[in-house]
Amino acid sequence: MNIYLKLIWAYLKIGIFGFGGGYAMLSLVEHSVVDPGWITETMFTDIVAISQMTPGPIGINSATYIGYVAPGEYNAALATPLWGILGSILATLAVVLPSFFLVIYSSHFIRRHQESGAIKAVFSGLRPVVVGLIASAAIMLMNWPNFSPDHSTPQLIYSIIICVVSFCLVYFKLPWRGNRVSLHPILVICMAGLAGYLLYGI
Amino acid sequence: MFIMKEYWQLFASFFKIGAFTFGGGWAMISIIEREIVDKFHWIERDDFLDLLAVAQSLPGILAVNIATAVGDKLHGMKGSALATLGCILPSFLIILLIAIFLTPDMIKNNVVISSIFMGIRPCVVALIVAPVITSAKAAKIGMKTFWIPLIVALMISSDQLFGIQLGFGSNPILFIILGAIGGWGFWKYSVRNLNKRKNLSDK
Repeated sequence: MNIYLKLIWAYLKIGIFGFGGGYAMLSLVEHSVVDPGWITETMFTDIVAISQMTPGPIGINSATYIGYVAPGEYNAALATPLWGILGSILATLAVVLPSFFLVIYSSHFIRRHQESGAIKAVFSGLRPVVVGLIASAAIMLMNWPNFSPDHSTPQLIYSIIICVVSFCLVYFKLPWRGNRVSLHPILVICMAGLAGYLLYGI
Repeated sequence: MFIMKEYWQLFASFFKIGAFTFGGGWAMISIIEREIVDKFHWIERDDFLDLLAVAQSLPGILAVNIATAVGDKLHGMKGSALATLGCILPSFLIILLIAIFLTPDMIKNNVVISSIFMGIRPCVVALIVAPVITSAKAAKIGMKTFWIPLIVALMISSDQLFGIQLGFGSNPILFIILGAIGGWGFWKYSVRNLNKRKNLSDK
């Protein structure tokens, strides 16, 4: 079968069976692209590392990258940017499409029954759970690799300061030229990146 | 014309969100809240929580599911296509540029990039803590209900943090199902009680 059809098929499956977001999907991705020998284990590890180091959802990043690399690894004649770009477009679309239609279909179903007491009741039960899910995501990211990869105390202290200051800037409304404003999260991310560069990059 | 402008704003918002999502779908919640809820007032905060529940319960990439759900809520099929495209386009373009022009080692061993990320990672944690508080307010979490998010958060994170393999305890979907059943059951129960009281007062 054509490598592009295989790519589409593999990523449709990943899109359908990948529950629990990008990280949980990675083992599924590994299984479907490393095992058939499209890319090597080292290449896969590299791609995951880069997907984590670049902005954007990790699932999309890795799909784009693997889609670009796989055709060339499969058949040396396809190792040109153009064939690679075709592969990355197909893999990215294939991983997105299943959930795209599932989300739209479920949203329409819910909207049709919006006024029913049962649906309202279900969502009133879901809201506290979602708050818990967000909290668990925050707790799980409070770990050594995120705060101090070298396990050093100064690094940990810097990271805690960055975390606390970022929180205050985003959450609290601070006085600024007579108004009270809280900073845009994107601005705070940029400031934290700059702080990282000044602390560790120079 | 007005609707064209809103389409463009939706696409641009999710393009920004996609470009600044570091560390998974939950990290984008602060940015979405700021753009969609605070800036444009397109969605109420409690409705946003409902969308998050839907996005998390379905398979696929959480960030993309959130984009699809928000876009659909605002402008139906067209809106969801625009939001989804906006959300995936930045990563698509950045990765393509890297794949075409650079080698993996140039990124992995780059001191500047890794130092920038050492600053961003703790910031992302803060960006997830902030929506815990705002969403708790939107969900009207009070003395009677604060135990629900507490248990959910502890069960899921303890399973992942200390490697205690409770098996069932770490799956977010389990808690979504429990929450749905709980909400429905409580509603049935209160409806029945209400009817009972009504019957008594009728007599």
